[in-house]
Amino acid sequence: MNPLAGYLLVAALLFAIGLAGALTRRNAILVLIGIELMLNAANLNLIAFWRYGPHPEALTGMMFAIFSIAVAAAEAAVGLGLVISIHRHAKTTDLDAMNRMKG
Amino acid sequence: MNFAFYLISGLAVAGALAAVLLKNTVHCALALTVAFAGIAMLFLKLGAQFAGFAQILVYIGAVAILVVFAILLTRGSETPRDGVYSKFPLTGLAIAAAVFAVLGWAVLNSASVLPGAGNTSAAPTVTVMDIGNALMSRYVLPLEIVALLLTAALIGAVIVAMHEKEEAK
Repeated sequence: MNPLAGYLLVAALLFAIGLAGALTRRNAILVLIGIELMLNAANLNLIAFWRYGPHPEALTGMMFAIFSIAVAAAEAAVGLGLVISIHRHAKTTDLDAMNRMKG
Repeated sequence: MNFAFYLISGLAVAGALAAVLLKNTVHCALALTVAFAGIAMLFLKLGAQFAGFAQILVYIGAVAILVVFAILLTRGSETPRDGVYSKFPLTGLAIAAAVFAVLGWAVLNSASVLPGAGNTSAAPTVTVMDIGNALMSRYVLPLEIVALLLTAALIGAVIVAMHEKEEAK
């Protein structure tokens, strides 16, 4: 099999697992974990295309992945801060129990 | 395609599955670090040393620890009595399976036109110096914007999670 296709399939599988986790779990932190997995799968795609693409010396895919990691770190920090703040207000991290916009 | 690839991707997928399926939230966070480590090893196997080590430092070193802290601060390790899955888990599962089916079908059907079909050449050698030069020349504007974003996220996360005054009650 084409090596790039193998990496793309693994990334697709990781993305689907992350999506399933984000859609089916009840705990807000687990939903964030699913989103992190999806972001990682996208990064894996970027790196794989960089490695097997026509111009790896241009570093485009690698730079995209590095910036994506930085943005994902910021996203995780703000997301978990929000979860902690919501837990302080509503005393729960159950997403099905958070059905009001008014605190 | 060799044994190491199957081993590493199996580890990453198993870690991801465990992170999504386990009941105890702390176990999920630990399985998540296994998945992150597997993905970092895939990066290293692709010849992206800098991205692989950045992945280890940022994800295993920071994001996983943040997740564990959030679980401990919200006492999320207690399994709720009405299950860990939301009201309609089958719908979410079906959507995820459909997404994977479409992605897998697209990859398998375009395998012949993907670049690198016969490209088994050695990984391109990219030193940290090359990355630093690129960051300081061509990508200097994105670098500055990411620096601003990280500062804003740092301040924002602290403000959002900060204890507020009791007079709000």
